[in-house]
Amino acid sequence: MNTLRPKPKHQRLVLVVIALIVLVGAGFLAAWGLRSEANYFYTPSQLAADPPVYSRMIRLGGMVREGSIQQLDDGVSIRFTVGDGEAEVPVRFTGIVPDLFVEGSGVVAEGRMGPTAFMADSLLAKHDENYVPRELQEMTEYQARQVVAETETGGGR
Amino acid sequence: MHGFANPRRFLALARWLTPVMLVSGIVLSCGATWWGLTQVPPDRLMGETVRILFIHVPAAWLGMGGWAVIAGASAALLIWRHPLSAIAARAAAAPGMVFTAICLATGSLWGRPTWGAWWVWDGRLTSMLVLLFLYAAYVALSQASAREGVSDRIPAIFALVGAINIPIINRSVVWWNSLHQPPSITVGKSAIDPAYLWPLLIAVLGYSLLFGGVVLARMRALLADMQAEARLRRKAMEAA
Repeated sequence: MNTLRPKPKHQRLVLVVIALIVLVGAGFLAAWGLRSEANYFYTPSQLAADPPVYSRMIRLGGMVREGSIQQLDDGVSIRFTVGDGEAEVPVRFTGIVPDLFVEGSGVVAEGRMGPTAFMADSLLAKHDENYVPRELQEMTEYQARQVVAETETGGGR
Repeated sequence: MHGFANPRRFLALARWLTPVMLVSGIVLSCGATWWGLTQVPPDRLMGETVRILFIHVPAAWLGMGGWAVIAGASAALLIWRHPLSAIAARAAAAPGMVFTAICLATGSLWGRPTWGAWWVWDGRLTSMLVLLFLYAAYVALSQASAREGVSDRIPAIFALVGAINIPIINRSVVWWNSLHQPPSITVGKSAIDPAYLWPLLIAVLGYSLLFGGVVLARMRALLADMQAEARLRRKAMEAA
């Protein structure tokens, strides 16, 4: 028995660790390569930096600017502005909007870039990571904290 | 740690731990579900549909956690050759797959009223669907290798390769623009109001205990199966 030879157990440990490092590296490289390809939508600033072909179907995502939703004369179309803090794109849509489509909230519009505005065929509402009870929304900071404290003690009992 | 790789010592521990985990898991998850369905206030934007949160999030957590268990047990099998770790990996596959399916189904039901679509091909949804397929492949592979008596190292290697999907699912909403929301709970910070956070944490704990209990019960069943088979084989040898 050669005492310098590492135990098979340790050999396997090293082998599995190396295999895992290679695997994770390959996975991250693939994800890095997909960085710009696996996006579900373009942001307005991405569109501004790299304008798309007019007839191509794309998705545009961002925040609906406060006070920008306006009904058009035909009664079923709306016009609003989607922004991401850096750039803004006007959007036109005809049809029924989802419940969560409100000003100041996220939206993903699917359609084509038109000459004056983005012509959306469908709208998807985006929900952000915040979960806030309805009653707390309109309250002052102090009231909200009080209600939260009550809910916590009430629920924890 | 290595002490519990001994099946006899494991069985002595699992005998009382299984019912404890199952019962406490059922009590906590039922309680959290009741709390979430009837007691929490409606969300400012989503209204009543926010209640799906208390099933969707624990299911997603255990869908990914289940694969982490399979991958961890598979690494232990490859390195230390503990026979018990192969059993642990096999036992965790079916419950993990069920939770992944629950996560996808509840997410779809939630997406229709909030986003306006049952399904979209964004990074998070697609990578979670890939996880469901990985589970299906793993279940088929591990059952086939157990039935045919081939080396259980083949499903173990598959489990390690599939583990790369777990960080991708976790990061998918950060790396890429997605319709799915970014994480609400990050290290030391939560964007979820305490009114929702507490029942959610209890649900996660309850579902995890339930998952652990089911895995232990399945491990005991698999061990009993193997023992029965070995005994039959011995009897047949003696008779011959």
